[in-house]
Amino acid sequence: MTKRIVTLHVNGRAREDAVADSLLLLDYLREHAGLTGTKRGCDGGECGACTVLVDGEPQLACITLVARCAGKRIETIEGLAGNGRMSALQAAFHEKLGTQCGFCTPGMVMAAEALLRKNPAPTEPEIRLALSGNLCRCTGYVKILESVDAAARAATADELR
Amino acid sequence: MSGTDRRFQPSANPGIRPVPAVGVRQPLIDGVEKVTGRARYTADLAAPGALVGAILRSPVAHGRIHAIDAEAARALPGVRAVITGDDCAVAYGVIPVAQNEFPLARGHIRYRGEPIAAVAADDAATARAALDLIDLDIESLPAYFDAASARAPDATPLHPNKPGNIEREVDQAFGDVDAGFAAADLVREESFHYAEVTHAMMEPNASLAEFDPERGRLTLHTVSQVPYYVHLALARCLGMDESRIRVVKPFVGGGFGHRTETLNFEVIAALLARAAGGMVKLELSREECFLTHRGRPETDVRMKIGMNSSGELTAVDCEVVQRGGGYAGYGLVTILYAGALLHAIYRLPASKYHGLRVYSNTPPNGAMRGHGSVDVRHAFETMLDRMAAELGLDPFVVRRANLLNVPHRTANDLQVNSCGLAECLDQVERASGWRERRGTLPRGHGLGMACSHYVSGSAKPVHWTGEPHAVVNLKLDFDGGITVLTGAADIGQGSSTLLAQAVAEILGLPLDRLTVVANDSVVTPKDNGSYSSRVSFMVGNAAIGAARELRRVLVAAAARRLEVAAEDIECLGEAYRVAGSDRALGYKDVVAAALEETGTLTVKGTWSTPAETQGGKFKGAAVGTSAGFSYAAQVVEVAVDEETGMVRVVRVWVAHDCGRAINPLAVEGQIQGSVWMGMGQALSEETQYHEGLPLRANLLDYRVPTIVESPPIETFIVEARDPNGPFGAKEAGEGSLSGFLPALTNAIADATGLRLTELPASPDRLLEALTARRRAERLRKTAGKVAVTTGD
Repeated sequence: MTKRIVTLHVNGRAREDAVADSLLLLDYLREHAGLTGTKRGCDGGECGACTVLVDGEPQLACITLVARCAGKRIETIEGLAGNGRMSALQAAFHEKLGTQCGFCTPGMVMAAEALLRKNPAPTEPEIRLALSGNLCRCTGYVKILESVDAAARAATADELR
Repeated sequence: MSGTDRRFQPSANPGIRPVPAVGVRQPLIDGVEKVTGRARYTADLAAPGALVGAILRSPVAHGRIHAIDAEAARALPGVRAVITGDDCAVAYGVIPVAQNEFPLARGHIRYRGEPIAAVAADDAATARAALDLIDLDIESLPAYFDAASARAPDATPLHPNKPGNIEREVDQAFGDVDAGFAAADLVREESFHYAEVTHAMMEPNASLAEFDPERGRLTLHTVSQVPYYVHLALARCLGMDESRIRVVKPFVGGGFGHRTETLNFEVIAALLARAAGGMVKLELSREECFLTHRGRPETDVRMKIGMNSSGELTAVDCEVVQRGGGYAGYGLVTILYAGALLHAIYRLPASKYHGLRVYSNTPPNGAMRGHGSVDVRHAFETMLDRMAAELGLDPFVVRRANLLNVPHRTANDLQVNSCGLAECLDQVERASGWRERRGTLPRGHGLGMACSHYVSGSAKPVHWTGEPHAVVNLKLDFDGGITVLTGAADIGQGSSTLLAQAVAEILGLPLDRLTVVANDSVVTPKDNGSYSSRVSFMVGNAAIGAARELRRVLVAAAARRLEVAAEDIECLGEAYRVAGSDRALGYKDVVAAALEETGTLTVKGTWSTPAETQGGKFKGAAVGTSAGFSYAAQVVEVAVDEETGMVRVVRVWVAHDCGRAINPLAVEGQIQGSVWMGMGQALSEETQYHEGLPLRANLLDYRVPTIVESPPIETFIVEARDPNGPFGAKEAGEGSLSGFLPALTNAIADATGLRLTELPASPDRLLEALTARRRAERLRKTAGKVAVTTGD
């Protein structure tokens, strides 16, 4: 199998790896980069648990080839916290119980992150639309909506505590 | 330096008082890990050098294996182990009297997708290639995909000891049923059909098994809700002494009942690790999770209810047939639950129940949230709604006419010591504007209501060992930190947080003095597991017991140091004070005093269900028993598009009596999740098979509701404290589920006049019913005209 050298900027750090053309971004992140925060919840493009940001856009890592991401900026759930402190969205999901089992949470938070960067004050229908590809089986989404809304209203994570 | 030199000065710190923990809206103690991606689920565990496991599954739904040729697979470079049914001749199963499943089929295949062989290889590609090299010689047998054909007189038995493919038949009668129906002013009977649904928890199944051939020891990290049951099954199937096995549960991404019994892949991972003499990681695909299944069975319910003119129930006669899949699993418990929980929600003087659990050539069913009670509750509450209308009574009035007066002993010997259903009804009636709004909504809109209930743990455990139902250990060490050691499996419901709250409350300490260590069998006490909503109630009580014991030790130490009697010491959390004085010791000094001479302390709390709650003496009496029942009422508002058959849930109002809400934040999350999961079953979820082949084994075709179609759920907590519950608490994670289904169909009836007797209420079903009604109306009109013409 042929491999090529690619450079990716993962959570602000440049990485150079030899990757097969068929390697999925999800496997690259979990197995090559050791970033297991990004989850595999399905057999491909069904559940949204692997949502990461590629150049700021939410993408499903389980149906994205690493080779297509060469030179791009990849952001995962591990990259959101700064100096070990949770981002406003992370703090909101924690404080408002937007997370129960936690398995959908990384993908859910990343999809919400993409939304809030573009639209810092989304309406409820806009939040619903942005998260429509992310399944959660625990919360009924009620507290997820509250979490995203609270994060949008709070300028900093500390305001949520 | 003596402790007295560091005596706490109350005058300088007048604010010292016990820190409240119970009733506090407490974010999860492991929530930070979850939102930052640091939480490690089984598939995330570092496993350097681990082999990759893979499973070969049956291509036929019912068959006999004549030969398996795995020589080519074994010879493939990179393959380290290949196992088949020959590698485990011991059947396992969660119910000790119904163990009839092998981790890998032995001779007889009973469902399409059943594991037949497994490999461990250096990488996933090699493992898959090896599976392709295994040759199967299988003779197909007649296969049965519904309960009726499996029960046909000439059907081939799936299990030789179960003629007619009846896994379990239940016949129960309580009270005078005939007299009850004779006394009724209105008797109605109806039949219902429910599609099979499944858990679809977000984390796919995975196990990491490590076998050390030098010491003959096995370690399994797995996704279980019941690590203790897994431990037992591993010992059984691998023929190992329990003490040579360690089972660890990492973070688990939901369960909803899927993981309340040992699942085949867990034993397969262990068998592979032993065969390969090393570490094997086995991750199932989403499709394989659907095949592992254990969901709520396809069910037929026939329900007959007698009622007097004021709405009081006089008798119920119910028959339930469940298509149970290829193996026993929890089946006999499910079919017993379906009958038992006819009771304990309303005053019901007489009942008759006939239950049939039938084997079929579909993936095995098992326990799913609201175990056994959900479909029957839909039928029951639908009938109440219809009969209320016939009697000209409001649906709320009918429920209120049948409320339990606690303490109450049901006709089938269930003991109810607390019931907040009346307050639940009041809450949702008021909040939904029921009285003002019902009957005034625009065309296509409707309001419906229903009630539901559930157990807070089964009062009798599956394994009757004589041990307490729950044990919690607390370790106190030099640092003043308290480690809560528990076998209770937190699968996202927040049980570890709740146990920490219970301990902190008794000791008056801030939560950050505590660390919870859960589910490592070499460290934590055995626990029966997270099922039937037992953990808050039972393990919560054990945690209280342990904390009280630790407080007693600390109070005694403070008394010794302060040279007073223990009765004179007040525990203020961060300080222990001589009552009525300003003499006190800081917490760390009390700890130092307590550890003097003894060193590191470990105390224990245990709990068992009171005998009066353990049920009657008849066969099957253990199922349905509980030390505390939860109650819920809900109102659902729908908008029905009569052109497309689409139902939109506009809003839900739900009130749930969970006794004392130890963590109101988590309780709300549990109630909302329950209601919403009920919505999935009611509106869109169903597994479907073609000749045993699953047609919806992915998360696109198995229609879990997305955030777009999920309604606002207004949640009210009702606290009818239970005398046996921890701080008066009862369960919160299941009881609200089953009420959604009938509240929805009752709302659809309000909106359209159509009473659905088949779920899910998917657009195709609803459209078909609407079309059939229109056709019938047309026919009636035409017939009328014809009659008039003839008359002329």
